[in-house]
Amino acid sequence: MTHRSHYGLALLFSLLLSSFSAVATIEAYHFDDPGQEALYKELIAELRCLVCQNQNLSDSNAELALDLRRQTYEMAKAGKSREEILSYMVQRYGDFVLYRPPLQQSTLLLWSGPFIILVIAITTLVILIRRRKHEPQPLPQEADLKRARQLLQREKR
Amino acid sequence: MKLKYLLPLGIFLLLVLLLGVGLTLDPREVPSPLIGKAAPEFSLPQLHQRDQQLSPKDLLGEVWLLNVWASWCVSCRAEHELVRELAATSTAAIIGLNYKDEVADAQRWLLRYGDPYRLSVSDIKGNTGIDWGVYGVPETFIMDKRGIIRHKQIGPITRESLEEKILPLLAQLEEEQP
Repeated sequence: MTHRSHYGLALLFSLLLSSFSAVATIEAYHFDDPGQEALYKELIAELRCLVCQNQNLSDSNAELALDLRRQTYEMAKAGKSREEILSYMVQRYGDFVLYRPPLQQSTLLLWSGPFIILVIAITTLVILIRRRKHEPQPLPQEADLKRARQLLQREKR
Repeated sequence: MKLKYLLPLGIFLLLVLLLGVGLTLDPREVPSPLIGKAAPEFSLPQLHQRDQQLSPKDLLGEVWLLNVWASWCVSCRAEHELVRELAATSTAAIIGLNYKDEVADAQRWLLRYGDPYRLSVSDIKGNTGIDWGVYGVPETFIMDKRGIIRHKQIGPITRESLEEKILPLLAQLEEEQP
């Protein structure tokens, strides 16, 4: 390999790496209190971005996510509690903003659904296993028995 | 045929039914928790008279609409014709909330496409938008005479939503006593 192609490879790799670092830009917020910083990080991971609905605030690059991160930052820095910030968001955007919606009448099926399916699956499994146990074993056919006897005879000799 | 063989078919049909219903729903429409509640307070400078402010309190006793728009918003242009039509046919006050926009751009946009608003207010940082639960532009809120939010249109106003929902509701709210 010539020097020139080495150089080309190096350039290619550096380009690849630089594109990775460009994606990972996020505004840097400064906290004096590590507790508030932890709260901020926890909340932006738990709040949903309403524009790109399958992303949380910390993952989303949408303009609204940026604004809501700033709002969360300002509230956390002002010493607001987790509950105060969450209820602020829910009052404006509804329960949908929460990735963990509260247990209430409209979300009862959502929360209990997996357990209901688990119970159905286990019940079905138990019924199937029991039924199989009670099934009578099929009797060996006469022809098979005869062949078995012949084989045993041959062994003896 | 045995029931056992029909079961997978049954499950399949149920799945098709559920997915079919799912197709008719729009996941982007998140119901607003603000409906039935008082319009969130704000006091914002007007787009044309920067030294004048407007607050929802000033509109008590009137049926009014808050139309969230911006000059950078493409769908706002799509609905603008209908907003103009609404302004021409209805007595309700239409207030524009100019959301996260530059004042000069917004004024130019209204000159170019027409200004159906009684007035617009500037929410340059988008804080009022957050208070109103705005998550996409355009959005339109309808308030009754007591200043209660009665309806939220998410996304551009369409011919269908205008005629089937907005106009009948405005007529009904005009009848109500403040």
